[in-house]
Amino acid sequence: MQPGRLVFIAALFGGIVCVVPARAETIKVEIKNLVFMPAEVTAKVGDTIVWDNQDVFAHTATATDKSFEVILPPKKSGSLTVKKAGTFDYFCKFHPNMKAKLAVAP
Amino acid sequence: MRFTLYAALAALTLSPLPALAQNAKPTDPQIAHIAYTAGQLDIEAAKQALKKSKNKEVRAFADDMVKDHSAVNKQALALVKKLKVTPQDNPTSQALTKQAAAKRAELAKLSGAAFDKAYVDNEVAYHKTVNGALETQLIPSASNAELKSLLQTGLKIFQGHEQHAEHVDAALK
Repeated sequence: MQPGRLVFIAALFGGIVCVVPARAETIKVEIKNLVFMPAEVTAKVGDTIVWDNQDVFAHTATATDKSFEVILPPKKSGSLTVKKAGTFDYFCKFHPNMKAKLAVAP
Repeated sequence: MRFTLYAALAALTLSPLPALAQNAKPTDPQIAHIAYTAGQLDIEAAKQALKKSKNKEVRAFADDMVKDHSAVNKQALALVKKLKVTPQDNPTSQALTKQAAAKRAELAKLSGAAFDKAYVDNEVAYHKTVNGALETQLIPSASNAELKSLLQTGLKIFQGHEQHAEHVDAALK
């Protein structure tokens, strides 16, 4: 095998190996003073949403259609890997005045 | 009985916080005392519910009230300490305490579903009253910026509790 071809193959595999993990992203939502920030995020199936609760109060990220619920203890974070496309309104079960939206593309 | 309960609730909901309406605007030490007292009274109500109720939703709500109000009051104590303010007792705090004691005595006589309903109804009414006071009297009167900001966070928390109580109330019907 020519050295050139070997480099090409290695590059090809390297490329594949790099591309796959880079596709699944981590999207961060901050909770501060009872506000989800940003209030609306867009993700793709396979991405992970991390809610970082900076309050001294427990919160949740609960889908209005009950398709997910992430418990967020005070000063802790919680995450969800999205498996389904769609637009999900969610709120905090303990403080239903906290509302936000998650849009998931296929 | 039912009429008396509704009349009492209506009176509690519609009246502004007692003694504040007639008086001049409250001072920061008084505001701190009122806010702290309002939180402590809700913790006591929740503790009564945790002793008496067997309903899962009601207990979860009460548990959340203890945690949230304890957390707010811990922040309030840290703030008054930092600002070197001594919370000052006042007629509004006293009236709130008296009303809450009367309510606890009334609820003590109930049990089962009747207790759950009366507790949650009162939580809706109580949070409405306190939120009204925070919005129209306590927050506008607070002169220290940090106190004002803590009261604003408190208002968001209490508005959340009001909605949470309404959800639990709807589930009980």
